[in-house]
Amino acid sequence: MQEVLKQNIVEKRILAPRDSRKTIGNINVPNPRMVCRNVNVYYGDKQAIRNVSIDIGCNEVLAMIGPSGCGKSTFLRCLNRMNDTIDSCRVTGEILFDGRDIYDPSVDVVPLRAQVGMVFQKPNPFPKSIYENVAWAPKIHGIVESKSDTDEIVESSLQKAGLWEEVKDRLDQPGTGLSGGQQQRLCIARAIAVSPEVILMDEPCSALDPIATAKIEDLIEELRAQYTIAIVTHSMQQASRVSQRTAFFHLGDLIEVGTTETIFTKPSHQLTEDYITGRYG
Amino acid sequence: MSKSTTGSAARSSASSGRVKTIDIVNKGLKSRYRKEKRFRVYGLLSIIASAVFLAFLLSSIVFNGYSAFLQTYIKLDVPVKTGMINEQNPRRSDFQGIIKAAIRDYFPDVTERKDTRELYSIFSSGAAFQLREKVLKNPPEGDTTISLWVPADDDVDMLMKGHMKRDVPESERRLSDKQLRWIEKLETDKRIEKRFNTTFFTAGDSREPELAGIWGAVKGSFYTMIVTLVLSFPIGIAAAVYLEEFAPKNIATDFIEVNINNLAAVPSIVFGLLGLAVFLNFFGMPRSTPLVGGIVLMLMTLPTIIIASRAALKAVPPSIREAALGVGSSKLQVITGHVLPLALPGMLTGTIIGMAQALGETAPLLMIGMVAFIVDIPGGFTDPAAVMPVQIYLWADSPERAFVERTSAAIMVLLAFLVSMNAVAVIMRKRFERRW
Amino acid sequence: MSPFLLLLLLLVLSVAGYFIGQYKALNLARKAGGASRLHSLPVYYGMLTALWCCLPAFFMFLIWLGFEQTIVTGLMVADLPETARSLPPARLNLLIKDIQSLASGNIVSGEITPLMRQAAAHYVELQGIGKMITSVIVLVASVAGMLTLHRHIRPELRARNHVEKVVMGLLVVCSTIAIFTTIGIVLSILYEAVRFFRQVPVTEFLFGLEWSPQMAIREDQVGSSGAFGAVPVFAGTILISAIAMLVAAPIGLMSAIFLSEYADKRLRAVAKPMLEILAGVPTVVYGFFAALVVAPMIRGSGAQIGIDVSSESALAAGLVMGVMIIPFVSSLSDDVINAVPQSLRDGAYSVGATRSETIRHVLVPAALPGIVGGLLLAVSRAIGETMIVVMAAGLSANLTANPLQAVTTVTVQIVTLLVGDQEFDSPKTLAAFALGLVLFIGTLFLNIIALTVVRKYRERYE
Repeated sequence: MQEVLKQNIVEKRILAPRDSRKTIGNINVPNPRMVCRNVNVYYGDKQAIRNVSIDIGCNEVLAMIGPSGCGKSTFLRCLNRMNDTIDSCRVTGEILFDGRDIYDPSVDVVPLRAQVGMVFQKPNPFPKSIYENVAWAPKIHGIVESKSDTDEIVESSLQKAGLWEEVKDRLDQPGTGLSGGQQQRLCIARAIAVSPEVILMDEPCSALDPIATAKIEDLIEELRAQYTIAIVTHSMQQASRVSQRTAFFHLGDLIEVGTTETIFTKPSHQLTEDYITGRYG
Repeated sequence: MSKSTTGSAARSSASSGRVKTIDIVNKGLKSRYRKEKRFRVYGLLSIIASAVFLAFLLSSIVFNGYSAFLQTYIKLDVPVKTGMINEQNPRRSDFQGIIKAAIRDYFPDVTERKDTRELYSIFSSGAAFQLREKVLKNPPEGDTTISLWVPADDDVDMLMKGHMKRDVPESERRLSDKQLRWIEKLETDKRIEKRFNTTFFTAGDSREPELAGIWGAVKGSFYTMIVTLVLSFPIGIAAAVYLEEFAPKNIATDFIEVNINNLAAVPSIVFGLLGLAVFLNFFGMPRSTPLVGGIVLMLMTLPTIIIASRAALKAVPPSIREAALGVGSSKLQVITGHVLPLALPGMLTGTIIGMAQALGETAPLLMIGMVAFIVDIPGGFTDPAAVMPVQIYLWADSPERAFVERTSAAIMVLLAFLVSMNAVAVIMRKRFERRW
Repeated sequence: MSPFLLLLLLLVLSVAGYFIGQYKALNLARKAGGASRLHSLPVYYGMLTALWCCLPAFFMFLIWLGFEQTIVTGLMVADLPETARSLPPARLNLLIKDIQSLASGNIVSGEITPLMRQAAAHYVELQGIGKMITSVIVLVASVAGMLTLHRHIRPELRARNHVEKVVMGLLVVCSTIAIFTTIGIVLSILYEAVRFFRQVPVTEFLFGLEWSPQMAIREDQVGSSGAFGAVPVFAGTILISAIAMLVAAPIGLMSAIFLSEYADKRLRAVAKPMLEILAGVPTVVYGFFAALVVAPMIRGSGAQIGIDVSSESALAAGLVMGVMIIPFVSSLSDDVINAVPQSLRDGAYSVGATRSETIRHVLVPAALPGIVGGLLLAVSRAIGETMIVVMAAGLSANLTANPLQAVTTVTVQIVTLLVGDQEFDSPKTLAAFALGLVLFIGTLFLNIIALTVVRKYRERYE
């Protein structure tokens, strides 16, 4: 719902038909996990993303920044086809994952989403116990066959998410009873319980306090060793702290891509510079 | 796949484990999609089940009832001679006798007493009334013959409409062989035919199906609805305005709310018991009247109207109230001047839906005696009257085959009213729907 | 003067009062130098006058209307000869009814005696006097109200505040009508039920296994003693409601799920109005359909496979009632399922769940309290449903769990006992109120639980 509302704002800003702007910087990486080429996203007849091309490398954290309504969340949701749930949404271009276009009609979203997990802006644990929150996805996918398998996955996922020590004595309590930061880490544990390759994070800390945010940021740093992470964030400090590469979006265009260091120290595009120096945003 | 590999697949690092994990996922997909499909089919079947039932219900009503809009009439030439009509008081002439004479004239070979009685019974007793109307309207001068299309008896009507078979043994049908022969004679003379059944739309109830109509019930329903509307609309809106705009949050308000929500779910027959005990027995108000019926239905629909009106008031954004308060109006002025006009379409929609409910309601009215057999067409709020659903109930209880089709026809009329009321509500909702 | 004419006159007087009040206020304003000298707008002075004109008078009118019958009847009875007044209460009641019928020109149950004729004439006369007195009192009150207020109109009269106070008072009164209705229901049913329990012990009523309320009018008739054990009636109600819920709960719930999670716009645009029509069909139509089509169909198909099915089987009534409740269950479930936040769906889809897995494992458990609440409301509706069972279920109180036999329900018994000629004070008539009490308490209980559960559920996701 929120996404849709946000989208309305986007529509108003980018109503005027115009050509997409060229992306500055190197969009390629040596070992890409996902390759996006000329991606366009439309809501009805309004275009929300224009001709975005970018690679997402293995074991890297790619930060997507930009003013609100710039399309960064929309783009993120394309990467595991979460946009499918919105009726009017249409995507063109290619997004290759392991060499296959995920928008190809033959591709099944269920295994795709098992490989490309997602963490949302607001923590959304299921109204089940902490244990069930983590165990549910492996169960429906048939990854676990016995109780001990399940226990193992729950424990390892919660450990990876840095939550195990805090909740190991109350696994049967509802996940909704945890604090905001704990809930978000529970959601991360839920996402990694099915061993995805890519984790998409949509402003995962925007609803959290600074201490919880710091914990999540540390966690992202740890997870990088095993997963590829794409994170949308509002906070430039966060982007500079957690990411290796940064992509700057503006009104549906990908303006500039580069290593985080370059973007934050020597931005090439005027808009990027204005944004990271805080002239607007 | 063995247990240990599964476990290690999940545990091992993503780069080596992922291949195995996704394989497991893919392996299970087929059966998961089968379940998915089955679930979807269950859902679709549920919808289809409702649709089939509705279609079945409506088609059986229409199938049973469409023929009631036609009625079999027989052409009768009635010779009226001077002296047959009472000069001083034409009203009191023996019209029944005149009709009988006319029938005997047409069938001169029927002489036996038993036969003539059978012969008369293929004509409706309404024939005499019809003749009377005609004679009173233009009194005949001298000897004339009045040609009349008089209604046939309901059994003849059923025969002509094919609801009664001619080729079954005599003991299994309600018309004798002789009566069939006479009807055949009328048929060959082209004196019997089906015509549009105006009686059905203009008459009150009757024990004779061919003379029974729904006009009395329609008028009764009309008066009852007027009472309900006049009482429930202002009271419902006033209550909604108070509860939504003024009421302080306290126990008393909560109690009112619980009461309203509960009353909306109380069985309707309980309201009938209330009406019987309080309005009829305690206050001694007249039985079977639209006045009492309307009051009982008002109590029943009030919760619906209050709940809908509150929702409509809630939908008016607070900014409008604040803006109006900001220019110095009193709270009541804000509400009458700004909030109510904006909420009115929603309130009206709720009221129409409530009235549609009330129009179809039967049970509470049975309790307050609206189930009586009433021939006269009600002329006011305190005349005994039936309402449409009660009329349907009464006819449904009657054994005659002809009443089955009349019941179905009355249902069609009632449904037509209900559907048009709901359509108005839907159109209003569409038209005045505002997005803030 | 007829009540309607009187009300009309009252209305005219009020309108006149409005203009008179406004006129005086305007005059005052002119003398004082501009409308701003008045405390309120002239309109409010008019409104206040109109309110004074109609409210007290209308109140008196209502009081008279409420007690007219009682007072007039009392006066009439007081003037009856001693022989008539000393009749036993039941006979006296009958006599009074007859006199009233005679007075209003209706059919009288027995022979018309000169005594009755005389009393009826007296009754009519009393009624006329009563009407006249009312008219005079109401009109005088109205004019007096107008004049009193007219004298009080001054620039400093806080007319707007007074008007608003009165309007607030009216609003409060209107919103308390729900409470008065509930109190009225409880008191009236309780009063009659207590009278019933004075004649038939509560324990016999609640636990007795025999129900045959048809008391003979005369003492010497066969079967003159009724039996008032309501267990078979309760059992029948529960049986039919259970059948109805077996139909309505799965179909209604699945329809709601399908419509909110699977159906595309086009299907929704067809299916939703279809369910609304199903919900809008009056129960008497369902009853007719059940009795005319469904019951014979079930009986016929039973006969084909060699099972004897009663023509008033619980199954027919229950099935049709179930269909009637489908839209109710469906719309309530639709509401609660839609109240589950989108983020939960997103969460489930994002780990690769299919739709049905999301629905069965996440949405339905999340919406469960709301769904249960909705089902309880549906049960309450099934228990209180009257016309379908009156027309399609039986009258005989069989204690059976076999859905192919005829059973009877609480509502059927209430209707049978109260429709037609009633005797006052006979246990037969009063038994209906005892049943009504049980019905009211049972449904009240269900409703309150259901409404609380649903409200709690909504608050959780708001």
